[in-house]
Amino acid sequence: MFDQLTERLSSAVGALRGKGRISEDNIKDALRQVRMALLEADVALPVVKAFIEQVREKAVGEEVLRSLTPGQALIKIVHAELVALMGGGDSELNLRSQPPVVIMLAGLQGAGKTTSAAKLARFLIERDKKKVLLASADVYRPAAILQLQRLAEQVGAGFMASEASEDPRLIAARALEEGRRSLADVVILDTAGRLHVDEEMMGEIKLLHQTVSPTETLFVVDSMAGQDAVNAARAFSEALPLTGVILTKTDGDARGGAALSVRHISGAPIKFLGVGEKTDALERFHADRVASRILGMGDVLTLVEEVERNVDRDQAEKLARKVQKGKGLDLTDLREQLQQMINMGGLAALMDKLPMGGKLPQGVSQQAGDQQLARQIAIINSMTPQERKLPAVINGSRKRRIAVGSGVQIQDVNRLLKQYKQMQKMMKNKKLFRQLSSMGKGGFRGRP
Amino acid sequence: MRQREIKRDKRVQNHDNCLPMLKSNPTTSNREQPAPGFIKRLRARINRGDSWLTYDLANLVPGGKIDEELLEELETRLLTADVGVEATEEIMGGLRKRLKRNELKDASAVVDALRTAMLEILAPCEAALQIGTEHRPWTILFVGVNGAGKTTTLGKLAARLKSDGFSTMLAAGDTFRAAAVEQLRIWGERNQVPVVSQGTGADPAAVIFDAMDSAKARNIDVLLADTAGRLQSQTGLMDELRKIVRVIRKSDASAPHEVLLVLDAGIGQNALSQARQFNEAVGVTGLVLTKLDGTAKGGVVLNIARAMKLPIRFIGIGEKAEDLDIFRATDFVDALLGAGSDPS
Ligand SMILES: Nc1nc2c(ncn2[C@@H]2O[C@H](COP(=O)(O)OP(=O)(O)OP(=O)(O)O)[C@@H](O)[C@H]2O)c(=O)[nH]1
Ligand SMILES: Nc1nc2c(ncn2[C@@H]2O[C@H](COP(=O)(O)OP(=O)(O)OP(=O)(O)O)[C@@H](O)[C@H]2O)c(=O)[nH]1
Ligand SMILES: [Mg+2]
Ligand SMILES: [Mg+2]
Repeated sequence: MFDQLTERLSSAVGALRGKGRISEDNIKDALRQVRMALLEADVALPVVKAFIEQVREKAVGEEVLRSLTPGQALIKIVHAELVALMGGGDSELNLRSQPPVVIMLAGLQGAGKTTSAAKLARFLIERDKKKVLLASADVYRPAAILQLQRLAEQVGAGFMASEASEDPRLIAARALEEGRRSLADVVILDTAGRLHVDEEMMGEIKLLHQTVSPTETLFVVDSMAGQDAVNAARAFSEALPLTGVILTKTDGDARGGAALSVRHISGAPIKFLGVGEKTDALERFHADRVASRILGMGDVLTLVEEVERNVDRDQAEKLARKVQKGKGLDLTDLREQLQQMINMGGLAALMDKLPMGGKLPQGVSQQAGDQQLARQIAIINSMTPQERKLPAVINGSRKRRIAVGSGVQIQDVNRLLKQYKQMQKMMKNKKLFRQLSSMGKGGFRGRP
Repeated sequence: MRQREIKRDKRVQNHDNCLPMLKSNPTTSNREQPAPGFIKRLRARINRGDSWLTYDLANLVPGGKIDEELLEELETRLLTADVGVEATEEIMGGLRKRLKRNELKDASAVVDALRTAMLEILAPCEAALQIGTEHRPWTILFVGVNGAGKTTTLGKLAARLKSDGFSTMLAAGDTFRAAAVEQLRIWGERNQVPVVSQGTGADPAAVIFDAMDSAKARNIDVLLADTAGRLQSQTGLMDELRKIVRVIRKSDASAPHEVLLVLDAGIGQNALSQARQFNEAVGVTGLVLTKLDGTAKGGVVLNIARAMKLPIRFIGIGEKAEDLDIFRATDFVDALLGAGSDPS
C-alpha cells in the first residue's frame, strides 16, 4: 500500500543525488516533492506540514551541509522522521492486568472492527494460548451480533450472546461478568460503528468504556481513509483514552497516509495491520519497517517472518540474505519461491515485500494463481541444473525440449523467462536499492 | 447535530424527504424543484453548520482584499476536502489566471468563481437513476470495496423504490462475509420485499442468476443484487465479479441494467483507483457516495468526475432507510460553499 509513496519519495530524493551540496533551493524542491507525495498518499495536510517542517529544520542544519552525500543525508532524515512519527519502537498488546483483560474496539462505520475483533481473538488464542471471550455491543447494524457470533465460532473463541433490544451498556457489563465467570483471560468487546460528530453515540462509547475499563482501547481505522482521518482520530482520542490503533485493509493499493495522520493526531501507537478479510490476516505493525518500505528499502523483515511461517528456516534465511544483498536470484531460487508462494497468497504478495515493493511488472500478478505457479514449477523442473543457473543458455531448441518435458507451450516457457528477467532487473538495476542496502550496513552511522 | 430519537434499526421509515421516483415516471428527472428545506438539510448534514469554504472568509480578507494568503487558504480547504492534488491545482490554476486578468474583485467573486469551477466539473455527473420498464427485472448490481455501504445503500434504495410503486426483490450475492446474508434479509423484512439467498459459501453468480429467474416468474420490476466487498487490487475477486456479470447476461443479455459503485466519502484518493478498476472490470454506470453525514467532504468525487465523468446517482447521509438522496451538482456545491439561496 505504501508503494506509490515509496516511488515519489525516491524520485524526490533522487533529484538531489549527484549534487555536491544541498542548497536552500534544491532542498525546497525536494521537500515540495515530499509534500506532494504525502498529500497524494492521503496524509492529512496539517500532518504533512508538521512533517515537512521537522525535516526542513534538520536538513538545513550543519550536518547536511557538511555531508559529502546530501541525498543520503536527506533520506536518513526523512526515514528517521517517519519512524519517529509512526511510533519509534514496536508496540505489544498489554495483557498484564488482572484477568479478564478487556480489549475494546471503536471506530467509524465499516472500518473493520468486527473482523478485527475476530482476528485479535484468533491471534491471542493461537499465539498466546489465551482463553478469549467475544461480545458485541452493536445493537444498531442489522445482523452485527450474528456476524461476530459466526466469527467467534470460526476462530474457536467463546461468545456471549446479546440482543439488539438490549442496552449496549448492559451488554458490556454482562460481558465482563461472563468473562470472570468463565475464567476467560481476555474479553474483546466489539462496538457499533459511529461517526465522531455523533454526540449521542460518542457519549455512548464513553459509557461503554467506563463500564468495562478496558486495558486496551483500540481505534480501528481504514488504511484507505482520506483527510478526514485526522478529525475522526482527534475526536475518538478525545473521547477515549486510546491505547492503540489497528490499520485495516492494507492489502489493497491505497497509499496508506492515514497511518501517519492517525498516529500523529491520536498519539496512540499503531499495533496491528489488517491484511485481508480472513481471520488470520493480521500482522504486527513495525514503524521502522514501514518507514523503510516507504523509502524503498523493502520490507525484508516482514518477508522473512512470513516465509518462516510457511517454509523451513534455512531457505528463508538464504532467500532473505540474497534479497538483502540485492543479488540476483537464479531459477532454482525462483522455483523454491514459487513452491512456497503457493501457501503465501501468490507472487504479488511476495513481491510486495521486496525492495521497491510492489513494482510488479505488468501482467505478472495475473499469473500468480496457484495453477500457474504449479505450471511454472513444472517448467523449471524440466530444465537442466545448468539452465537453471544460467538461463541465458536457453535457446530455441532447449525451449522446445523444456516445453515438451513439462507439457506446456513454448510461450509459457518464454513468459517464465521474461518474468524471471524482469525480477532480475528490478533487483539489480535499482540504484537506490543498492545504495540503501549498503547504507543499512553502517553507511549512515559511518558518516560524520 | 443529528438527533437519534429512536434506535437506528427501529426507526419508522419516512420518505418525505425523498424525491419522487414514481413508477409512472420512470425516467426520474433531476430537474425538479427540491423538496422544501432540501438544501438546508443537505447543508446541515454536510457542513454541520460551519460552512466549509466560506467559513471565516471575511476574516481572512479584511477589507475584501484578495491576496496570496486567501488563495492558499482556499487551496488548503480543497486539499483537506480530499479533492486531490491534481484537481486542486487545476481549479486553483484557473482562479489564479482569472485573478491576473483582474476578473475577480473581492472575496465573494472568488467564491463564486470557485463554485463555478466546481460545478463545471460536477454538473456532467448529475444524472438520476432511471428504472426502465422494457426489461424485467431491471437488474441493479451493487459493487465496491469492503465496508463502503453497499448493503445499506441497497436496503435504502429498496425502500425508496417500493414507496415509488416498483415491485422489488433483493439478491444476497455476498456469500462470503459472516452474516452478510442475514444483514440483507433484515433489510428485506424492514421493507417487506422478498430476498433470494443461499447459504454462506454459495456461488454468488448462481445466487443472482436464480434471483433473476425468480423475479421473472413473479414479474418483479427491479432486482437489487448485493455483492461481497472486494478491494480493486484483488485480481481473483475482480474476476469473480466479471463472472457474475457474465452469468447475469445468460439470464438477460441486456442486464445488468445498472452497475452502482458504492464509495465511502471518508476514503481518500484511493477512491479514484476504485472507480477506475471497478469500471474496467464490470462497466460502472453510476456512483453512490455514502457517509456524507460525517465531516468527510467527499471531495474526491471532483477528482473522479474530472477523470471519468461517471454519473453520481445518490448520496448516503445516514444509516436509516430514508437517508438516501439524489445527487444534485448545484445543491451539492452550494451546500459545500454555503452559498445556497436557502438561508441556514
Ligand atoms: N481486504 C480486507 N478487508 C477487510 C479487512 N478488515 C475488514 N475487512 C472487511 O471490511 C468490511 C467491514 O468489516 P467489519 O468488520 O464488518 O467492519 P465494522 O467496523 O465492524 O463495521 P460496522 O460494525 O458496520 O461499523 C468487511 O467486508 C470485512 O470483511 C482487511 O484487513 N482487509
Ligand atoms: N453514517 C453513515 N453510515 C453508513 C452509511 N451507509 C452505510 N453506513 C454504515 O456503514 C457500515 C457498513 O455498511 P454496509 O452496508 O454493511 O457496507 P458494505 O459495503 O455492504 O460492506 P461489506 O459487505 O462488508 O463490504 C454499516 O455500519 C452501515 O450502517 C451512510 O450513508 N452514513
Ligand atoms: Mg461491526
Ligand atoms: Mg455488504
